[in-house]
Amino acid sequence: MDNKQGKQSLISRLASSEAFLSVAASLICIVIGLLLGTVVLAIINAEHAIGDGLMVIIKSGFKSPRNMGTVLANAAPLIMTGLSVGFAFKTGLFNIGAAGQYTLGAFGALYCAIVLQLPWYLCLLAAMLLGALWGAIPGIFKAYLNINEVITAIMFNWIGLYLVNDIMYGKGQSPMYDLATTKTFSLRKVAKGSMIPSCGMSDMFGKLQSVTIAIFIAIFFAIIVYIVLSKTTFGYELKACGFNKHAAQYAGINDKRNIILSMTIAGALAGVGAGLYYLSTVAEWNPQVSTALPALGFNGISAALLACSNPIGTVFSSLFISYITVGGTKLSTQYYTKEIADVITALIIYLCAFSMLFRNRIRAMLTGKNRRVNVGKGGND
Amino acid sequence: MNDYIIEMLNITKEFPGIIANDNITLQLKKGEIHALLGENGAGKSTLMSVLFGLYQPEKGEIRKNGEVVKIKDPNDANALGIGMVHQHFKLVEVFSVLDNIILGVEPATKRLGFLQKAEARRKVMELSERYGLKVDPDALVEDITVGMQQRTEILKMLYRDNEVLIFDEPTAVLTPQEIDELMKIMKGLAAEGKSILFITHKLDEIKAVADRCTVLRKGRYIGTIDVATTSKEEMSEMMVGRKVQLVMEKQPQKLGNSVLSVQNLTVKSKKHGKALVNNVSFNVRRGEITCIAGIDGNGQSELVYALTGLMKTDSGKIYLGDKEITHMSVRERNLSGLSHIPEDRHKHGLVLDYTLENNLVLKRYFDKQFAKNGFLKFSEIRRYADGLIEKYDVRSGQGAVTAARSMSGGNQQKAIIAREIDLGNDLLIAVQPTRGLDVGAIEYIRKELLRQRDSGKAVLLVSLELDEVLEVPDRILVMYEGEIVGELDPRHTTAKELGLYMAGAQRN
Ligand SMILES: Nc1ncnc2c1ncn2[C@@H]1O[C@H](COP(=O)(O)OP(=O)(O)OP(=O)(O)O)[C@@H](O)[C@H]1O
Ligand SMILES: [Mg+2]
Repeated sequence: MDNKQGKQSLISRLASSEAFLSVAASLICIVIGLLLGTVVLAIINAEHAIGDGLMVIIKSGFKSPRNMGTVLANAAPLIMTGLSVGFAFKTGLFNIGAAGQYTLGAFGALYCAIVLQLPWYLCLLAAMLLGALWGAIPGIFKAYLNINEVITAIMFNWIGLYLVNDIMYGKGQSPMYDLATTKTFSLRKVAKGSMIPSCGMSDMFGKLQSVTIAIFIAIFFAIIVYIVLSKTTFGYELKACGFNKHAAQYAGINDKRNIILSMTIAGALAGVGAGLYYLSTVAEWNPQVSTALPALGFNGISAALLACSNPIGTVFSSLFISYITVGGTKLSTQYYTKEIADVITALIIYLCAFSMLFRNRIRAMLTGKNRRVNVGKGGND
Repeated sequence: MNDYIIEMLNITKEFPGIIANDNITLQLKKGEIHALLGENGAGKSTLMSVLFGLYQPEKGEIRKNGEVVKIKDPNDANALGIGMVHQHFKLVEVFSVLDNIILGVEPATKRLGFLQKAEARRKVMELSERYGLKVDPDALVEDITVGMQQRTEILKMLYRDNEVLIFDEPTAVLTPQEIDELMKIMKGLAAEGKSILFITHKLDEIKAVADRCTVLRKGRYIGTIDVATTSKEEMSEMMVGRKVQLVMEKQPQKLGNSVLSVQNLTVKSKKHGKALVNNVSFNVRRGEITCIAGIDGNGQSELVYALTGLMKTDSGKIYLGDKEITHMSVRERNLSGLSHIPEDRHKHGLVLDYTLENNLVLKRYFDKQFAKNGFLKFSEIRRYADGLIEKYDVRSGQGAVTAARSMSGGNQQKAIIAREIDLGNDLLIAVQPTRGLDVGAIEYIRKELLRQRDSGKAVLLVSLELDEVLEVPDRILVMYEGEIVGELDPRHTTAKELGLYMAGAQRN
C-alpha cells in the first residue's frame, strides 16, 4: 500500500519533471534514429546492414583507446559550437553563423601560434575574441537595423571564410602556409609551445596526440554557460528576451544590448571551439581546399537541438554525435561510405523536431490518460 | 426525448496540484443561452476546453442529443458542431482576417486544390452583414483592434456552421457599445436555434441575455439557476460565497502636488504619420485617480506607451514629479517611480514561459534584495513571491513555481497587479486593470486603487468600461481621435453625457 503510493508519486514526479521528459524524449529520438539508420543501411546493402553497419557504428567508438580518444578530441570543439548555437537559441536568436565564427577563431588561434608563438591559452583567447567579433556583427545588425541575424550571419560566414583563406594562404607567401603540406604549418613542428597540453590524456588513449585537456575546457565552458543562463540576472534577462521580447521591453530590459551580447557570447564560444580543435592539432587548416564552411559549425546546430539547448545536455549530445561519427569512419568502405553516420545523425536531429510529441506521449504514458494537447500560443484558456 | 443538446456529466479534470473540475455536471438546452459563472480559477475555461476537445477529462462523459460522444480534439468538436471563442484569441497574427476565418476549412477547387477565396469572401461578408459583425477581411490581424479580432473569432465559428457556440469571456475586451452589439448578436443566434455557452464575470450581461446560469466555485458545481428569477446579489453570493460590494465608499480626497505632468504630447503613427496622440496635456496629482475614458482605439494605448517608454514621442514633454522623463528608457522610468499594469497581459505583462515567481520579480530581479554580484537569490525570490501570492490571493496549481502560462486568466492579471502595486511607486498607470476579473477580484482591485489614492499616490486609470469610469476615479478625461475632448466630474455626470463625449459628439 505504502509502497504503491511511493511509486505513484515517483511516476507523477517524473511526469511533471521537464528535465526527465527532455532526456527521455531525446533518447527516444536517438533510438528511432538508429533504427531508421539501419533501414537506410539495409537499403544500400541489406546483407551487411547489422553486422558491418549498425554494429560498427555503435561499437567502434569504444573499441580501442585510440577510437575513444578520437571521440573526445572531436567532441570538444563540437560541444563549443553546440553551446554557441544553444546559447543564442535561449535568447530567441538563431546563430547559423557558428561556422563563420569558428573560422575566425581558427585563424586567431593559428596566427597567434604559428606567427606570434604565443602560449596556448593566449591563442585560445585570440580565437575567442575573433569569434566574438564575428558573432557581434549580426547581433548589431539585428539590434539596430532589425535585419534578421540569419541573413547577416550567412553572409559573414562566407566573408569570414574567404578572408581567412586569403590571409592564411597569402599567395603561398604567408608565414602560416606550409608549401610542403599545402596546409598551415603543423603546430607539432613549429609551435609546440602553443599546443594545448595533454596532461597525460594522450597516453591514456593509445598515444593519440590530439587528445588533450580540450574536452575538460569544453565541459568547463558548458558549466559556465549553464550557470550564466540559470543562476544570474543576465541569464534571466536573456531568457526573458527569448521567451517574450515585448514583455522584456516592458520590464525595462534592454533588448538591443542583450541581442548583441548574446550573439557576441555565442561567437566567442564558437571561436573557442576552433581554438580547441586546432590547438589540439586534430588537423591543420587547408586554405586552398577549405572552400566549404567548417562542418563543426553546422553540427553545433544538431548538438544544440538534440540537447534542447541545454548546456549540460549539449556535452552529452556532442559526445554522442562525435561517437557515431567516429563509428561512421570505421565502416568498411567495401559496403558503405562514412557519410552514413551523417545520415543517421540527420535522422536523429530530424526526429528531434518531434520531441515535443514524444514528451507528451511519455507524460501520457506515465499518468495513464492525461493527454494534453498544446494549442498555439497564448495559454490555456 | 430530452431537450438537452449537450450534457457534460460528472466531469473531473485534474492538473498538477489542482483539481480544476471536480465532478461537474452541465446541461445545455437547445436554443438557450447558458451562462457559466465563477471566480477566477473556478474552472470555467477548463470545463469548456474539455467540451472543445482540448483536454481529456479523467472522469465523466459528454453527450450530444442524448448520445455519448468522445471529443478527442478540436476537430472532433468541430465535426459535432461545437465552436469556441477563446478567452485569449487564437488567431494567426500575420494572416488576414479572411484567411484566419477560413483557416483549416479553406474552400478549394476539387481537382487541383486551388483556393476559392471569392466564394469564401462572399460567405464571410454575408455572415458579417447578417449578424452585424463588422470586419475588414483584408486587414492583417496584427493591425486590427481586439474588438475586431473577436468578431473574426465569432465569424470563424459561424463560417463553420457550428450550432453550439462557446464564448469564453467575450466581453472582457469589448467596449460598452460593442458589448451591447454582441448581446444582440447572441440573442439573434439563439433565436435561430444556436445554443450558446457564455462565460462572463459581469452579472448585468447574464441578466441581459442568459436564460439559465451554472455557478462554479473552486472547481466544484454549486448549482444551476433560472436567471429571470434570481437576483444579481444572489448570484454573486453563490459564486463568491459571501456578499460583494461593488459600490465603493470613497474617502474625502487629499490632493497633493503633481506627480505626472504631460505637456503637448504628440505621438505619430509610424505607418502613415497621422497623429495618434494629438497635443495632449494633463496632470495627475497625488491622492487622485484620473481616468482616461474613451472608445477603444482613440489613442489611449499609444498615450500609455508613450508615457511608459514603449513608444517614442514626437513632441511634447512628460514629467514625473520634477523629473523630465520624455526621453528616458523604460527601466529609468520604472526606477523613477512609474508602475504600469499593461493592457495586454500576454504580450507585455507576463513572460508566459516563466514561472509565477520569476514573473513577480520581472521589474526588480536586479534589485539588491534579489540579486548579489549578478547572481539571483532564489530563496529571496521565493519568499517574496510567496508573500505576494498570499497577500493578493493569486491562485494557481503549484504556487510560486507554476508556469504563468497554465494559470487562469484572472489570476494572471492578479499576479501583474500584485507586482506593480508592490513596487510602491508614486505613479500607477493601470490600463483595464479589472478586465477579465470576477466580481470579488474587481472589488479587491478597485479598493486597492483607492488605497493607492488614499495613501497619496497618483493613479492614472485607463478604462473602457463605463461603470468603472463612473465609479472609481476622481476626474475623467475623455479621449477621442487622439485628443482630450473633455474633462468631467464623475459625481456630476451621467453615462449618457459620457457617451456623447466618447462618441465625439460633444467637447469642451
Ligand atoms: N494547462 C494547465 N496546466 C495546469 N494548470 C492549469 C491549466 N489550465 C488551468 N489550470 C489551473 O486550473 C484552474 C482553473 O483554471 P481555468 O482557466 O479553468 O479558470 P477560469 O474559471 O477560466 O478562470 P478565469 O475567470 O480567471 O479565466 C486554475 O487554478 C489554473 O491554474
Ligand atoms: Mg478562464
